[in-house]
Amino acid sequence: MDHEALLLVELGGVVLALGVLARLAGRLGISPIPLYLLGGLALGEGGLVPVVTSEEFIEVGAALGVIFLLLMLGLDYSARELVAGVRSVATAGILDLALNFTPGFVAGLILGWGVVPSLFMGGVTYISSTGVIAKLLIDLRWTGNRETPVILSILVFEDLAMAVLLPTLAALALGGSTWGVLISIGVAITLMVSAISVAYWQGDRLGSLVFHRSDEVSLLTVFGLTLVVAGIAEGANISAAVGAFLVGISLSGEAVKKAHSLLTPLRDLFAAVFFVFFGLSTDPSAIPDVLLVAVGLGMVTAVTKLVTGWYAARRSGIGRSGRLRTGLALIARGEFSIVIAGLAVGIPGADDLPALAAAYVLLMAVSGPVAAKLADPVPRQVAT
Amino acid sequence: MPKIEETSLPGVGMRHDFTTEDGNRIGVVHHRSGRRELFFSSPDDPDRVRHSVVLSDEDSHALSEALGGSTVIENLTSLQQQIEGLAIDWLTIHPQSPYSGRTIGDARIRTRTGVSVVAVIRDDQAYPAPGPEFNVESGDTLVVVGTPDGINAVDAILTVG
Repeated sequence: MDHEALLLVELGGVVLALGVLARLAGRLGISPIPLYLLGGLALGEGGLVPVVTSEEFIEVGAALGVIFLLLMLGLDYSARELVAGVRSVATAGILDLALNFTPGFVAGLILGWGVVPSLFMGGVTYISSTGVIAKLLIDLRWTGNRETPVILSILVFEDLAMAVLLPTLAALALGGSTWGVLISIGVAITLMVSAISVAYWQGDRLGSLVFHRSDEVSLLTVFGLTLVVAGIAEGANISAAVGAFLVGISLSGEAVKKAHSLLTPLRDLFAAVFFVFFGLSTDPSAIPDVLLVAVGLGMVTAVTKLVTGWYAARRSGIGRSGRLRTGLALIARGEFSIVIAGLAVGIPGADDLPALAAAYVLLMAVSGPVAAKLADPVPRQVAT
Repeated sequence: MPKIEETSLPGVGMRHDFTTEDGNRIGVVHHRSGRRELFFSSPDDPDRVRHSVVLSDEDSHALSEALGGSTVIENLTSLQQQIEGLAIDWLTIHPQSPYSGRTIGDARIRTRTGVSVVAVIRDDQAYPAPGPEFNVESGDTLVVVGTPDGINAVDAILTVG
């Protein structure tokens, strides 16, 4: 077969395999993210069926996946929700950062990775999975529960923290001077504050400028705009992901609701490609060595999330069982841990980081929701 | 009336709920996806949802219809109590009525009596604020608001012209 034919067949095979995995995840009632990662591990170098021809294409798709994940995250929140969310859980949010960043950071240091890769690992263990948890809340019918706004506000806090964390880590990974790193952080924070201000005062207008009655026009405009901003952000060393997140935040209003259904399929496709790519670029033979560390880290950070959730819910006047549910819901890690680990690929001294992050997310994306389900079975329904 | 609390659920949607006189919390979650979920919690753990039902668009309409009918009447009754001298009545158009098959404008009700027709009820369906061109049929019920004397006059107009 010539190159193009091979590329199509190989790429089609990968996407088809993802479809099968997503179906399996649906059957098992778990997040598809761990299965995509496993799929990627199986397809990569040293895996069962090495993918060679389409790797370049998958790499570009993976970059788009990160951009879409962050764009949609930004679109999900209105500026008012961001401000209100951060205000309502500020103390708990800081506790969350301290308790959950530290285990990953310390584990990295113990493994002898050096400070910079260890900071990345701290990011991996810190951030809960917005995607997995939002789905969990809906599946378990917890959206009506009183503690649910607390859970969601913590996630909002984490996502904003990530918008500062990502450029910081990206600057550190480049190994610039202290000043360079500080400038990157300053620029990122300034941009974020301006994006939120724009959304707060002018979000509806901006939204209606970008979005159009025609789906086609909306799709091309928002996609192009996001890529341009993400590219500029990447060039300015504040990471493409943060650029996309800022675009998402800046747009709000009625128009965005429609855009949501327009962009979701693209996000799902490219995010799946991103998880596979991460699996592809991870050496599966490194996983057994780090498995024990991943399990230990998983147990520690499950407890630290429980403590965070318990504390946050208690501050909001939630009863004991609700505090437990808050903690359990927050355990799941997923897409954003992988986004952070993805940034660390290739920095010196962190050869084991992708393998550890993959094993860790595999564990947490599955065990978090399972723990929540066991602790509190789905409420009896009047009708289905 | 209990106060309905509105809570934003970032990334998920919006929740409206209130606590009933019995201490049960009842609410609706409006998901971004358009999904609507009606839920109840019990007094022993007010934080937690005990039952929940997903409502389609049609279901929501049916439910609000079932609850809404009584709310309209309740509101009208309380309005009546608030404004002294205001009367509300339901007048049926009989087959013999001279205005059966004609428009509301033809009867010149407001000009002649000062009474307003606020709604027409036909086959269990309400047509609020009908215009003068609204065609009245036999069996329709007109919801009218005005002074008691005015309403008596309307009744006479609709029966004998």
